[in-house]
Amino acid sequence: MMKIQLSRQALLSELREQVKDLSEQNLLACYQCGKCSAGCPSIEAMDVMPSQIIRWVQLGQIEEALKSKTIWLCAACQTCKVRCPRGVDLARIMEALRQLVLRENVDYVHPNNISEEDLEELPQIALIANFRKFTP
Amino acid sequence: MSAVELSYMPGCTLKTKAKNFETTTLKLLELLDVHARELTDWYCCGTTYSLASDNVINHLGPIRTLVKAKEAGREDLLVLCSMCYNTLRRAQELVQHDEEKRSKINEFMYEEETDFTGDEVRILHLLTLLKETVGFDRLKEKLVRDPGGLKVAGYYGCMLLRPREIAIDPVAEHPSILEDLFAACGVDSVYFPFKTECCGSYQTVNEKQVVLSRTKAITESAVKNGADLIVTSCPLCHYNLDAYQPRVAEATPGFRTIPVMYISQVLALLAGLDDVQDYNLHVVDPRPVLRARGLMGKGEPAAGGKA
Repeated sequence: MMKIQLSRQALLSELREQVKDLSEQNLLACYQCGKCSAGCPSIEAMDVMPSQIIRWVQLGQIEEALKSKTIWLCAACQTCKVRCPRGVDLARIMEALRQLVLRENVDYVHPNNISEEDLEELPQIALIANFRKFTP
Repeated sequence: MSAVELSYMPGCTLKTKAKNFETTTLKLLELLDVHARELTDWYCCGTTYSLASDNVINHLGPIRTLVKAKEAGREDLLVLCSMCYNTLRRAQELVQHDEEKRSKINEFMYEEETDFTGDEVRILHLLTLLKETVGFDRLKEKLVRDPGGLKVAGYYGCMLLRPREIAIDPVAEHPSILEDLFAACGVDSVYFPFKTECCGSYQTVNEKQVVLSRTKAITESAVKNGADLIVTSCPLCHYNLDAYQPRVAEATPGFRTIPVMYISQVLALLAGLDDVQDYNLHVVDPRPVLRARGLMGKGEPAAGGKA
């Protein structure tokens, strides 16, 4: 089992503050009911559940959250947002976390790695949305 | 109802991969005396609404389009693509309710002659137009073909319903506008618990496994409940649900494919508008099912269906 060291430093960290500002969410509103994870359409491909991501963020474990594949599997479908009994928009927290990575000038998806066949076949809206979410 | 004229924003994909959505809709609307005038200038909607608080720049595209719609002087702006609908409506909500961001956005509008304050244009999705402006009864009057017991699975996806503020149906978790539309046209809708579930969306580019799994679950549910067709208004849902089926079939013994059509394609067929259909844009060919239900070929109504 993974060990997490809790500290006052982590709780007050700059990164946690950035996630709060970028997402405009009250991070402490979440009481870990798990409704977001229960309805998430991408959950079977995720390494960590969406509800665990927000728990990490609450505890200031931003580096852990950034290492997860989960933040890149969110399709911004907003199912978690509309069902959250505490009014948390988790999709915005996922976006904030992705932005922390992308703003280091990282391309999570690069056009050069997309096959000729996909470029031919995929509708534009798929490519544009993908680049919007996965490139700086 | 007298003739209606409204502005129209097609978006990128309706000019290419979803051309059949556009052509069938425009032809159908003509028949209903609704004149959709394409904006002379429209911009990429961005397809997915940016969620980070400081990404204001990403909302400029939809807002510029709304400024153009305002300047075109018509009250309503028609959108067909679910993704355009979502980004335009959410950008509109933002401008309406966030004064600080509104003034920031308007600072970028140095080429536009007017500002946008949020309430000058009403954004109408095709379904809302058919329900509220045209009326399902009037639509029904223009139909010339017996649906022949056709059973559809109405698929809403995400972008017409979430978040709630922009939902085209007051009951966003259990909408019925699609079912009501088809009921009015004499077409049965099957029980379809996956109707508001996400298809995987833009994960189709780099996480195909997610979309394969979603397509399998969604199409299997439609087939199990006896649907002939899945019907949608989102070109991305259409692509994911249609183009992935052969791949799902390869990995799933006994998998039965089901065609995916746009709402307007089905309505156009019922209205006898056959020559505007383009079945080359489908992976799973809808023609066998349509023929079996008597919606193609023999028994065709006389040309055009003009009432």
